[in-house]
Amino acid sequence: MLLTVDALRVIYPIKRGWPVPGTHRLTAVDGVGFSVDTGEALGIVGESGCGKSTVARAILRLVEPSAGKVVFAGVDIARLPLRRMRHLRPKLQMIFQDPAASLSPRMRIGAALAEAIRVHDIAKGNAINDLVRNALDEVGLPPNSVDRYPHEFSGGQKQRIGIARALVLSPDLIIADEPVSALDVSVQAQILNLMARLKAERGIAFVFISHDLGVVRHFCERTSVMYLGQVIESGATRAIFDAPAHPYTRLLRSVSPVPDPERTAAPLVFEGEPPSPLDPPGGCRFHPRCPFVTGVCRTTMPDLRPVAARQVACHHAESLPANEDAP
Amino acid sequence: MSVLDVDNLRTTLNLNGRACHVLRDVSFRVAEGETLAIVGESGCGKSMLAMSIMGLLPSVARITQGHVVLDGHALEKEPERAMEKIRGARIGMVFQEPMTALNPVFTVGAQISEPLRDHLGLSRRDAREAAIELMEKVRIPSAASRYTSYPHEFSGGMRQRVVIALAIACGPRLLIADEPTTALDVTVQRQLLDLLDHLQDEGRMGMLLITHNLAIVAGHADRVVVMYGGDVVESATVRDLFRNPAHPYARALLASLPRVDRDLSELASIPGRVPPLAGLPDGCRFKDRCPHAMDICEQMPPPTEMPGEAGHNVRCWLHVEGGEHAADG
Ligand SMILES: Nc1ncnc2c1ncn2[C@@H]1O[C@H](COP(=O)(O)OP(=O)(O)O)[C@@H](O)[C@H]1O
Ligand SMILES: Nc1ncnc2c1ncn2[C@@H]1O[C@H](COP(=O)(O)OP(=O)(O)O)[C@@H](O)[C@H]1O
Ligand SMILES: [Mg+2]
Ligand SMILES: [Mg+2]
Repeated sequence: MLLTVDALRVIYPIKRGWPVPGTHRLTAVDGVGFSVDTGEALGIVGESGCGKSTVARAILRLVEPSAGKVVFAGVDIARLPLRRMRHLRPKLQMIFQDPAASLSPRMRIGAALAEAIRVHDIAKGNAINDLVRNALDEVGLPPNSVDRYPHEFSGGQKQRIGIARALVLSPDLIIADEPVSALDVSVQAQILNLMARLKAERGIAFVFISHDLGVVRHFCERTSVMYLGQVIESGATRAIFDAPAHPYTRLLRSVSPVPDPERTAAPLVFEGEPPSPLDPPGGCRFHPRCPFVTGVCRTTMPDLRPVAARQVACHHAESLPANEDAP
Repeated sequence: MSVLDVDNLRTTLNLNGRACHVLRDVSFRVAEGETLAIVGESGCGKSMLAMSIMGLLPSVARITQGHVVLDGHALEKEPERAMEKIRGARIGMVFQEPMTALNPVFTVGAQISEPLRDHLGLSRRDAREAAIELMEKVRIPSAASRYTSYPHEFSGGMRQRVVIALAIACGPRLLIADEPTTALDVTVQRQLLDLLDHLQDEGRMGMLLITHNLAIVAGHADRVVVMYGGDVVESATVRDLFRNPAHPYARALLASLPRVDRDLSELASIPGRVPPLAGLPDGCRFKDRCPHAMDICEQMPPPTEMPGEAGHNVRCWLHVEGGEHAADG
């Protein structure tokens, strides 16, 4: 495995309370594990606030995990001194929903990409310019882009620049946090096709974070579904979306709109919104919203365990009624 | 009879002294109890259309041609004071960001009762009772006790329910929802869209559902208008559009959608991007990205034609009888 994340936990200290705010611990990620192989895309889906971005940041050590392992290319990087992380950094790149956030507005694109190459000591002299030109070409930007500033590009083009900036470092793994969420569908398709090509031709692996199940189905071979800081179902994307096992995955799947007027959506039986991770419910975290809840769900947190050729964290995974809209 | 009749509407923006048509000859109708979706990518003029109907255009923009007719009554020449009344009572509005419609310093109850007192003349007491009923109608849990809550005490989804309560308070004939669920999670999105469907059906309102999301259109609209660069390029029943899209843009858009229920080999993508307003071509506005562009597309905006089913309109030279020769004659 290229990347194995095991029992990852991230706690944010936050100030809350009145009149004198006290420090509370918000467990944003609580025991998350998954693995990604070379040339494979793993999707992470779930509603906002479930901890997807925190997982990404913890893998890259942009936040410090308080427990767990992140084994990348055989090395546990969760515990590595940051200076020893440096030589692994080029192999482990990230792209964001807002690519402008990682580009200096006053730096020409060519200079920004060249700097990334220099910082990581990837190449010297003329070789730098060659790398930059090749990367821009690979993401479909014209050569004269090197002399232009970020603001001169559209959203889709900026995302291409973000990808090019990762590519110049020849990464093995790209963590992509909602990379197409801000784009129009026609441009989204361009970027997804580009990333699919990089995956197939260069063997780059992806951790692909998205709230859009359709996009994840298209891009990711495997998927982990998160709820309130935990993975509640994990397995082959097609299996999970065609026959979701966990009641929460069923909910997500049933409310994801399908662009087909002939398919009438199943009536919605769920009300309510996810509770705060500051005060998560005991037992199974989904139990207050679950239509299949029983006594054990209120008292005991279910483990992620193999059920129907995937991993599911539900006490009743085997005995739930069949999916209504299974094919 | 139609609740809303938009007829040959043109809205013009003044961009540093240059007049640009942000809406070009837009026509459609919304019947009582019907949901018409306006769909298109960002910048195609959806919000300008909503603002034109409601009389809320920014100062640089104005309607330069055509009519906006609500229940047989033309709005485009109404003075602002009359429009204020119409917006409060006969057109309900829901925007993407609920705080554009809510005031952070007043309780949600006070805000929902205000139009009830102003437009319906209810007493303070009756307005309070009616406001709580409205909050129940939009399924805000423990409505009575949340009457005195402030907007910031609500989640994004609950805030949008408050806005919906406010929008329907006076029993409007038309509900305009501009990207009402775009910032929300899919579970909350589905709850709100179901709620809007239900309210609209119950109140026999016409609804204009503005969205960039074609999957939402499939599940929640009766008819659909596809916009590109300020033009209506295609309009049809939802079923017709998804089965037989006619305009090259609509076809490409549908083919570029990933699906959660099905494996697709590759997504179609449209080369280039939507040009900025000042860069829109004079003829067909899609021609620079169109795989079928002809000479005529360069020269003249295409007329709106009905090549197939009744009510299925397309604005494209490919669908004009002898269109490719029109340039010569
Ligand atoms: N820097 C931070 N400080 C405190 N809390 C945070 C911080 N970043 C995220 N959180 C909280 O952690 C939880 C998970 O957030 P995030 O990882 O951003 O979720 P997602 O990406 O799935 O929307 C949320 O409750 C969020 O409010
Ligand atoms: N106040 C304004 N001044 C100048 N141009 C504007 C203004 N508002 C919108 N536009 C332009 O008008 C076009 C249509 O915008 P809009 O109606 O907001 O699109 P949509 O809602 O479909 O995303 C865009 O090209 C946009 O840049
Ligand atoms: Mg996030
Ligand atoms: Mg808009």
